[in-house]
Amino acid sequence: MTPMVELRGVHKSFGSLHVLRGVDLEVGQGQVLVIVGPSGSGKSTLLRTINHLEKVDRGSVRVDGHLLGYRQVGDRLLELPEREVLRQRTQIGFVFQAFNLFPHLTVQQNVMEAPLSAQRRPRGEVEPLAERLLARVGLADKAGAYPRTLSGGQQQRVVIARALALEPKLLLFDEPTSALDPELVGEVLDVIKDLARGGTTMIVVTHEIGFAREVADTVAFMDAGRIVELGPPAQILDAPAQDRTRTFLSKVL
Amino acid sequence: MMLPDLQAPPHQDAGRPLEVVTARRPLRWLAAVVVLVLLAMAASALVTNPAWEWDIVGQYLFAPSVVRSVLLTLELTALGIGLGFALGTVLALMRISPNRLLSSVAWGYVWLFRSVPLILQLLFWYNLALLYPRLSVGVPFGPGFFDFGTMDLIGPLTAAVLGLALHQAAYAAEIVRGGLLSVDHGQREAAAALGLPPARRLFRIILPQAMRTIVPNAGNEIIGLVKGTSVVYIMALPELFYQVQVIYNRNGRVMALLLVAAIWYLILTTVLSIVQHYVERYYGRGRA
Repeated sequence: MTPMVELRGVHKSFGSLHVLRGVDLEVGQGQVLVIVGPSGSGKSTLLRTINHLEKVDRGSVRVDGHLLGYRQVGDRLLELPEREVLRQRTQIGFVFQAFNLFPHLTVQQNVMEAPLSAQRRPRGEVEPLAERLLARVGLADKAGAYPRTLSGGQQQRVVIARALALEPKLLLFDEPTSALDPELVGEVLDVIKDLARGGTTMIVVTHEIGFAREVADTVAFMDAGRIVELGPPAQILDAPAQDRTRTFLSKVL
Repeated sequence: MMLPDLQAPPHQDAGRPLEVVTARRPLRWLAAVVVLVLLAMAASALVTNPAWEWDIVGQYLFAPSVVRSVLLTLELTALGIGLGFALGTVLALMRISPNRLLSSVAWGYVWLFRSVPLILQLLFWYNLALLYPRLSVGVPFGPGFFDFGTMDLIGPLTAAVLGLALHQAAYAAEIVRGGLLSVDHGQREAAAALGLPPARRLFRIILPQAMRTIVPNAGNEIIGLVKGTSVVYIMALPELFYQVQVIYNRNGRVMALLLVAAIWYLILTTVLSIVQHYVERYYGRGRA
């Protein structure tokens, strides 16, 4: 079975800052990968290359066997036209740390926007879908509300429903709980755990070590643009082989 | 050391809450009285001085020629703003484009049309026939399919609309650009991550949010242009200001007719201010 996500030798620089220094990664279908590591280690950038929000400088990113953002001709990668990139992105849900809900649209409009205009699905089909998804994240009664009137936890749950509305093969979470008040973290993590149990393939960048232990099939520890070590949560979180992992964990646990 | 006992201050009567008395502000009252007296004096000066000739004002306020001139003023404003903001939006998008040529051309346009006085630009368009007696439509640098005499194509009205719109576009471009820049970068990212097509991103996600910044500035520009149309009087176009001049040159009632024009400008800008209020409320939805 082809892995859902496959990264080979991914490099990325911003000017003189070398953020990703050769990342190889595989995530199987239905697997949950949690990436942990100090800030500035390249976790978010790595995640953003997996839906082409950041273009890689070198290396390749494949999702469900397809090269992301490029097509291969001989040994060269040719950039795809924007239309193709957008189509690829509709198969990948992204949840931002800062929510990025559309503030001038209601919760329901936020959820329906992408299926309607990116996938051109009929309204009659998308409306019940939105209703179902909002019920699933426990916000059925907030369909007509504007995002500003919701708590941070509720907003992030709307973001998750919005990402799910595309019925993606893969979900990416970029520190989904870092902008939340502590008492609201639980409700968002519960929704993500529920999705994980439902067999959705996902990659989660987070600082919530307890969550990683409970949900992850694999935990990757990143530092200085590389994946330092990768394995089942029990191994990485409880018996890390690398000093850098031990040092990091001793600070956050 | 002992801390003093902390307890609620004693109440005389626990059943009745204490009454709050606002402080008196005698100077504020005095200032209000002074302003009131000044207002009354101004009103009296307007009403009692027969030189204002209020009966003449009443007579001309709804005279057909004046009403026609008001309509022309509105037409010039609407076309100037409509075309100006349409072109201005295109210029703003060019200006933020990663393509250096597009952004430089947009910058150059804004530089040129903001730098030359409007009245000069109007006269330039009006006299375009002196430079290019004939205009033709066809293949660039190649043969032409249609050919016009410039004088026939660009009459005073076209020259006025062209001049106002092209001048307005330079200001509109900066206002729209400011609006686009005011939208949080995360909004663009979220729209891109959801795979929304580029036109949809602009018209459904970015522009409606940019409108919150654009509308107050655009309101300024529209109200400015209502009055700004009065400069086209140099092209003998019978808009409001030109028309009252024509009338007072005939009958000598200068002040009364200037007052007629002033009242109409007041009415137009008042209506526009009210419209602006509702437009702002519409684009502010979800932000209360």
